[in-house]
Amino acid sequence: MYRIRLHGRGGQGIKTAGRILGSAFFAEGFEVQDAPRYGAERRGAPLFATVRAARQPIAERGEILQPDLVVLADETLAAVPAAGVLAGVDARTVMLINSSESPDTWRARLALGGSVHTLPPATSDRAGERLLGAVCAGAAARCVGVIPRESLAAAIREEVLVMGPGVVEATLERALWAFDCLAAQAGCVAEGRLEAAADWKPPDWIELPFEDARISAPHIHAAGTSVEVRTGVWRTFRPELRSELCHHCHWICSTFCPDGVITADTGGTPVIDYDYCKGCLVCVAVCPHHAMEAVPERGGEAAA
Amino acid sequence: MRRTLLTGNAAAAWGARLAQVDYVPSFPITPQTEIIERIGVWAESGEMEVRAVTVESEHAMITAAAAAAATGVRVFSATSSQGLLYAMEMLYAVAGWRAPFVLVNVSRGVATPVTLGSDHDDVFAARDSGFLQLHCATVQEVLDTVLIAYRLGEDPRVRLPVLVNLDGFYLSFTREPVWIPDADAVAGFLPSFDPENVRFRASEPISQAVAVLGGGAYSYFRYEMHLAAEQALTVYDEIADAFESALGRRHPAVETYRSDDAEVVFFMVGSFATKARAAVDRLRDAGIAVGLVRPRLLRPYPLSALRRALAHVRGVAVIDQNLSLGKGGVLHTELCSALYGQREAPVIASFIGGLGGRDIADEEFYEISAVTRKAAAEGSAPAPRLLYRESELREVRKLQRVARVERDELASGRKP
Repeated sequence: MYRIRLHGRGGQGIKTAGRILGSAFFAEGFEVQDAPRYGAERRGAPLFATVRAARQPIAERGEILQPDLVVLADETLAAVPAAGVLAGVDARTVMLINSSESPDTWRARLALGGSVHTLPPATSDRAGERLLGAVCAGAAARCVGVIPRESLAAAIREEVLVMGPGVVEATLERALWAFDCLAAQAGCVAEGRLEAAADWKPPDWIELPFEDARISAPHIHAAGTSVEVRTGVWRTFRPELRSELCHHCHWICSTFCPDGVITADTGGTPVIDYDYCKGCLVCVAVCPHHAMEAVPERGGEAAA
Repeated sequence: MRRTLLTGNAAAAWGARLAQVDYVPSFPITPQTEIIERIGVWAESGEMEVRAVTVESEHAMITAAAAAAATGVRVFSATSSQGLLYAMEMLYAVAGWRAPFVLVNVSRGVATPVTLGSDHDDVFAARDSGFLQLHCATVQEVLDTVLIAYRLGEDPRVRLPVLVNLDGFYLSFTREPVWIPDADAVAGFLPSFDPENVRFRASEPISQAVAVLGGGAYSYFRYEMHLAAEQALTVYDEIADAFESALGRRHPAVETYRSDDAEVVFFMVGSFATKARAAVDRLRDAGIAVGLVRPRLLRPYPLSALRRALAHVRGVAVIDQNLSLGKGGVLHTELCSALYGQREAPVIASFIGGLGGRDIADEEFYEISAVTRKAAAEGSAPAPRLLYRESELREVRKLQRVARVERDELASGRKP
C-alpha cells in the first residue's frame, strides 16, 4: 500500500491535490482512500490530506502514521508542532519540500535520514499560491511512478472541472510541469508495509489521574488571552504599503480590516501589525489609490 | 451501476437522490453541510426533483421533516452534534407521530469543550428517542444504509423514523470507491412509499399525534413504539436479504469477521471497525485467534444475533467511542446486560477510545487484544481503560501551564 501525506495551508489546494492523486490511482486500478483533515476551515490554517492506494481493498483509515511519502507545500509548517509534518517520518520516507533551499539543508535542519527532494519553484504570485497543490500532485504522482502522465491529466480534469475551464488549464500546466521536472525521481517512493502484529511496541497508556475542578475545568481566567495567538503565522501573502501612493485617508483600510490590525500614525499613515495580520488582503482590495500591495511571504520578495 | 470515489457525505446525498425523496429541510453544521449542499446543487440543476429548504434551526428542521412525512411524502434530512441535541425535544415528539423519514447524523463530539472531531456521544443521546439507529462503517454502507433505512422505517410493521450515522471526517470527508446503483435497480428494492393512513392534508382536518390523559393510554402508545422497534429486527433481516438479491451486497444486522473460531473479539460500531478488521488480519498473521463483531443496528438492539455471534468466544473487547459520564461506555453497559446470566458468558473488557476524533493506532488494537486475552484466561474483567497516552497528557499539561499563569495572577489578587 502507498501511504501519502500532503501538508499545506488552507487556500493552497492541498485538499484538491489529495483528490487528484486519489482519482489518478483509482484510474490505474488501485483501491483508494483519500481524505483532507483540517481544524479551522480557514485560509492559511494548517491542514493535511492523506492518500492510501493499494491493490487490495483498504480497511485501515484515519491518520497515516507510517508515511511512504510526505509532501510539504509550505515550508513554514515544518516549525509548527501542531501541523505534525514529521509524524512517523523515518529513513524510508521520501520527503518532497516546496523550498528554494537545498535538500541537504532540509536533511540537516530536520535531521532526516531518508531522501529529500525539493519541488520545482512555484511562481510567487497569488495565482501560483493557489496552484501549489497542483505542483504537489504532479510531483507526487511522478515519485510514486505508477501514475502515467495522461492519468494524472485525466484526474485533474475530473477533479477541477467544477472550478471552471481556466482553472483546469492552469492546474494541468503546473501539475504536468512538476511531473516532468521530477523525471529523475520517477518511482523513488516504494509501497510500504506495516510492522507485523507479532512485534509491536505496546502503547504508553497511562491512568488519567483525578484532578479537582479547580484544575480540570477548561477555563482560562483572564481577558485578552488571544493576544498570545499570533495569527500572523497563517499568512501566505502580506499587504505592504507603498507610501508614495498613500493619500493618508487611513480610515478606509483600517475600517475594512476584519482583524483590526491597521492603525494610523499621527500623520495618518496606516501601520500594519504583522503579528496578527492573517493576510486576507481586504485592504489591498479596498484601497482606492492602490497603495496596498500583496507580497508573498516567501520567495525573498517580502520584507522581513 | 458504476464504481466511483465518493465521500461519506456525498454517499449520503446519493442515498437521498436514489430514494427519490420529495422534501429536504436542512440547517448547516460541520461536518454535515456537504450533504445538503450537494442536494441543493442537484435540486437547482434539476437532477433531483425535490423541494429543498433551509430552515431556521434543527428544532424547526425536525418538525418540518416530520410534518412533511405526516402527509405521506418521502423526507430526508441531516445534522450533527449540537444540531442533533438542539432538535432532541422534537426527535422524541415526532417519533410518536409514526410518520417515517430518514435523518442522517454525521457524528461529532459534543461541547464542552467544543470539537469538530467525531465520536458517538451525539447520536447515542438519541438512543431512547424512538428513532431506529443504524451505524455505517464504510462509505459504501452509507449509501446502502440510507436506502435500507427508508424501507425499514416505511414498513407498516415499523413506521418509525430512522437515524443513519456516519462518523465525521473518518467517513464524512473520506473518499472510498463506491458502487452507485442504477435507479431501476434501486426502484426494484425500494418502491415509492405507500403511506396508507399517513395522509395529513390541508383542509382535511384529522387529529394526528393526539394528547392522552392518563398513563394507561400513554403506556399503550409508548409500548407499541417499543414493540414496533423490536419488530424492526425481523423486518431488517428480510430487508437485508432483499437488498442482497436486488443490489448484490449483504449488510446483516451484525457483521462478524473471522469471529467463528476466535478466542477474543473486538466489539464496536462505526467506521473504526474497519481499523479493527485490519488489526484482526495482522493479529491472525501473528497466529492470534481474534475476530470482530459489529452491530450495524444500535436500535433496535440485535440481542439474539449478538448472543449467537458471541456464544463461543472467551473474551470481548468493547471499544466505546462514547462516554456516559458517571457510568462508562454505553456499548459495554448494553452488552453486559445482553450477556448477563448466559451460560459460559465471555469476559467483557471495556475500552473508551476515539473521543472527539482521537484516532486509535494499530498497536492499541494489538494491546487491547492482549489485555482481553489475559482477562479471558484469568476469568475476570479488567478495570475500564481509557485509551490515553503519556504524550497526550504531556500536551494537556503544557496548555495547563499556560492557563496556570493566569490562575495564579487571579489568586494573588492582581488583575491579569
